[in-house]
Amino acid sequence: MDAALLLAALAVALALASAAVSVLAAQLPWVPRLLAMPLLGTSGLLALVAGLVALVDGGVVTATLPLGLPWLPWRVRLDALAGFFLTVIGVVTAAVGLYGPAYVRALEHGHESLTALGVFTGLFLTGMQLVVLADDAFLFMVAWELMSLSSYFLVAFQHENAANRRAAFLYLLMAHVGGMAILLGYGVLASFGGGFAFDAMRAAEPPVTWASVAFVLAFVGFGMKAGLVPLHAWLPEAHPVAPSHISALMSGVMLKVAVYGFIRVVFDLIGQFHWQWGVGVLAIGSVSALMGVLYALMQHDLKRLLAYHSVENLGIIFIGLGLALLYLSTGHGLLGALALVAALYHTVNHALFKGLLFLGAGAILHSTHERDLEQMGGLLRRMPWTGLFFLIGCLSISALPPFNGFVSEWLTFQAALQAWQLDSGVLRSLIPIASAVLALTGALAAACFVKVYGVAFLGQARSRHVRRARPVPLGMRAGQGVLAVLCVVLGILPTGVLGLIDSVPRQLLGNGLPQATEHGWLWLTPVPAESVSYSAPLVVFLLAVTVGMAIWGLRHGAVRRVRRCPAWDCGFAPPTPRMQYTATAFAQPIRRVFGLMFHIDESVEQRDHDAARYHLAVRDRAWGLLYAPLAQAVESAARRVVRLQSGNIRVYLGWTLSTLLVLLWIIS
Amino acid sequence: MSLSGLLLLQQFVLVLAALVLFTSFVLLAQARLVSAIHAFAWQGALVAAVTTVVAVTGKSHHLYFSALLTLALKALLIPWMLHRLTRRLALERHVEAVWRPALTIMAAVGLVIFSYWLVLPMVQQELTFTRNVVAISLAVVLIGLLMMVFRQQAVIQVLGFMSMENGLFLAAVSATAGMPLVVELGVAFDVLVAMVLFGVFFFQIRESIDSLDVDQLNRLTESVGEDE
Amino acid sequence: MDHLLTAATWGLALLQALLYAALGPLLVGWVRKVKAVLQNRRGAPVLQPYRDLRKLLMKEARVAHTASPLFRAAPYIVFSATWLAAATVPLVAVSLPTAAIADIIALVGLLALARFFLALAGMDVGTAFGGMGASREMLVSALAEPAMLMAVFTLAMTAHSTNLASVVDYHLTTTVVLRPSFLFALGGLILVAIAETGRIPVDNPATHLELTMIHEAMLLEYSGRHLALMEWAAQIKLVLYGALIANVFFPWGIAYNLAPAALGLGFVAIVGKLLILGAALAIGETVLAKMRLFRAPAFLNLALLMSLLGLLSHVILEVGT
Repeated sequence: MDAALLLAALAVALALASAAVSVLAAQLPWVPRLLAMPLLGTSGLLALVAGLVALVDGGVVTATLPLGLPWLPWRVRLDALAGFFLTVIGVVTAAVGLYGPAYVRALEHGHESLTALGVFTGLFLTGMQLVVLADDAFLFMVAWELMSLSSYFLVAFQHENAANRRAAFLYLLMAHVGGMAILLGYGVLASFGGGFAFDAMRAAEPPVTWASVAFVLAFVGFGMKAGLVPLHAWLPEAHPVAPSHISALMSGVMLKVAVYGFIRVVFDLIGQFHWQWGVGVLAIGSVSALMGVLYALMQHDLKRLLAYHSVENLGIIFIGLGLALLYLSTGHGLLGALALVAALYHTVNHALFKGLLFLGAGAILHSTHERDLEQMGGLLRRMPWTGLFFLIGCLSISALPPFNGFVSEWLTFQAALQAWQLDSGVLRSLIPIASAVLALTGALAAACFVKVYGVAFLGQARSRHVRRARPVPLGMRAGQGVLAVLCVVLGILPTGVLGLIDSVPRQLLGNGLPQATEHGWLWLTPVPAESVSYSAPLVVFLLAVTVGMAIWGLRHGAVRRVRRCPAWDCGFAPPTPRMQYTATAFAQPIRRVFGLMFHIDESVEQRDHDAARYHLAVRDRAWGLLYAPLAQAVESAARRVVRLQSGNIRVYLGWTLSTLLVLLWIIS
Repeated sequence: MSLSGLLLLQQFVLVLAALVLFTSFVLLAQARLVSAIHAFAWQGALVAAVTTVVAVTGKSHHLYFSALLTLALKALLIPWMLHRLTRRLALERHVEAVWRPALTIMAAVGLVIFSYWLVLPMVQQELTFTRNVVAISLAVVLIGLLMMVFRQQAVIQVLGFMSMENGLFLAAVSATAGMPLVVELGVAFDVLVAMVLFGVFFFQIRESIDSLDVDQLNRLTESVGEDE
Repeated sequence: MDHLLTAATWGLALLQALLYAALGPLLVGWVRKVKAVLQNRRGAPVLQPYRDLRKLLMKEARVAHTASPLFRAAPYIVFSATWLAAATVPLVAVSLPTAAIADIIALVGLLALARFFLALAGMDVGTAFGGMGASREMLVSALAEPAMLMAVFTLAMTAHSTNLASVVDYHLTTTVVLRPSFLFALGGLILVAIAETGRIPVDNPATHLELTMIHEAMLLEYSGRHLALMEWAAQIKLVLYGALIANVFFPWGIAYNLAPAALGLGFVAIVGKLLILGAALAIGETVLAKMRLFRAPAFLNLALLMSLLGLLSHVILEVGT
């Protein structure tokens, strides 16, 4: 175990080294490509190995660093939970390390500062790794701030564009509001534990009211970072404007660090469970999942669409966590472990496929300089490998067998289905309703990715620069390929992965899922095998056999030729690219059916002797309902405070005099 | 209590009660007036069937009479009167645009779960069967009231009122094996008189404000001259 | 678990899978025949779909210039996924190994995989019809999925399992009881089956008019053996849903052990049930008219409502205390 902690420390050191080395990027332009990125990738690999060792070992190791305040030194701790999240961080970072050099090379000719990119990427990674390893509130908050600030600079990377600056500002604002909530939560726990070290907080037993206050603060703070509705507004603004490999890191990894924080505070530090918390988390998770996917369906900017899908998937993760809280509060330890495992499996799955999709979007951007789906088309024949990997990503995120997304959704459904064991009839009705919402979300996500893949990669190219797209360099393809292979592997061998994840609930809650792997690597049986089982390897095998039989039977049949010809299209004129369905058109039926959920502005302008113009704007309802009123309230309060600044020096002296008098009076 | 422990007839009562709940959902969301009247007729027939089954199990003869009365009144006479009223008001093809049907259905589902939660304290072992049917009846009553809140057309509001009465009747039949015969006769004739009065009233409303949209009755407030 | 993996049971599972593929065209032919008789026509012979498939397999496949490799791969994937999904539903016997491999949620997942590739194939050539079909299909399936899962949950909460063999087993072994939850789940499942298999009133399987196509629009560019595979997959899907409804809600007659007599009875039973369900479908298709697309959400909301009521009846009426 000590070796694991050493590896983790080495990973952090390498990330810092990557940042330090990038300082030279201004003088030596080859540094980011040949030195900083490989260092980052190696840091990821080391973190991955350290995490895996921690998971396999299942123990705990702590250390105290000679940094921090004299009476509050920094402590680090590597246990199964930290190990799991280190693995998640490591695997995505390693893929980005492969992808990064070629991507960064294209930026060398731009006028943005590569120094800033390299330095802040390294610091970002350091911050994330330290958050996961932290064992006291001080180091946690320092690392959290480091993570938020460095990602702010990365989001503002292309700062000439005013929209990007606004997005970055919104991101910074919400990151700090969330951070404040987390700090207050720690404050509550520390006051009962008598110290800021996690060990003290763990040992404390706050009364139910204060525990609930700490829970709400932690939920708000980490939920804001994770992008749960209605605190998600920064996500679809900030993730698209960052460089694509940074978006992959933010969406794939940073959101998971927020999940880590939530699990650490609620399941580990607070330690008590109440069913009201579970219902709240379940409700907000379900709403986030549904709203996320509905808004994603309405987007035609590829990266913004993927950002909204992150909202959806984080909602699904929190559905699992809410179920875990519900089961644990009613004393069903095994079911709670099952729900927690489902949430964790979905965490690693989301990191993998969202990272893959963002890297793919980056590849498209690199090749066509285009982010708008309405301009793309026919990319599969021009970028075959990227197309194949992106297809695997789409299949995984739509939760289709035999890929990894299906396994975690299956586990979540199985956890929800065990609701019959609960005593409360009300809960037994509400949990299936939440799973119906989850089913709706899954189906809508599949619809959205049919739209994305169909419009972007299939059909005919809708614009000239897309028609001239060329495949991306090998490094970028390799980065995507690694993640795609992992998506497939985690889908085909779920039992092995579950065995690894199982050490987290065993350490955190005291019981794992022993019978999940009971029947060998072939069967996944989270609850007694007579009820439920799933065998992914057999499904894949049978699918392959059937496809092979079909192909063999038909290839050796009467007619083997395939002749190319123009498209049939019911005999109308040959289809031009403009006749194809656009992304907005594809989503129109769903927009009409779910119209109440959005804020839609639709209009047709017809000026005489001119072509009619159709105008459609779909906006987030949360802006009008929550953010705009809040912003107005803050502004009016600020305006009232401004009246203190009258500009007259005698008034200011008067304020100084009165404050002095009050202070003297208090001291006496 | 598990399902297999009950008599077959008691299971039948549960099925019928669930179907009554289904008809109250259909009433809530049905846009066409004539179809809504038919749904109400079915609801009455189902409640009469429940009464018959309870009569058979309990062997209380006055319930047979009560079932017959319910069938005659709720399933035949009142729907016929309403149908005649619709024809005279020339509303036969009337289709009302239900305000946000999805939301009203979700609210109704919430009411069902709420009524179940309300009756949970009835925990005595022998009473579990009754408690469950009472939960369904309470849900039917609440959904009837919800219908009167969310639907605008006056005839539909009458149906909501009647379905509330159906729910109360169902609760009485399953919980206490019917009410004393005198009470039942009184209630039945009250309902009949109410129907006749509604008929007269609707003509008056339509003549004075030229519409049967209940929201238009706002015009009768004192603040005439300001809108809404 | 291991006793299931013997050669005999796998052989029978393979036979059951082949039976699904063989029964598909027969069921579709039967439905068309009953519809024709109801419409006072003589109609095509019941075995006509077999001849259609053979004709298509004999023909050359034409692929548009703008089609990508996915266009040619999709029929195989759609057919295999649908066939594998069908193979997991108990048709003649209950405890075959294919039933243990996957459960209801995996079945829904495999059908979703087939639908994903079908929709992508529709968008592949770059025509307006394909995009339209794909867009409508995804809408209908998105709304049908929560209804289907609710019905599944109602069944699973009673039988405490999502494994189809366990659910059928539970129905066979418990004493006959009248369950309101099953009544509603059956209603919900029937409505979902109509939507998913693309029958009237959601979609017209015999039309090629732009305004009324959903499934046909996605297959418009296919020909030859590709079209044969896609059509066969749709027919297998119809048998799948028919067998699901018949064997889960009316399981009497299905073989419990693997004795030849029981298997024979099981075969006769399922063919009989499928014929009855096919006739009921034909009657329904004749009596109802196809709805416009934006009425389909109301239809599927009714399915969701029934499934939801099934669940609530289960929680409130069927489980005590």
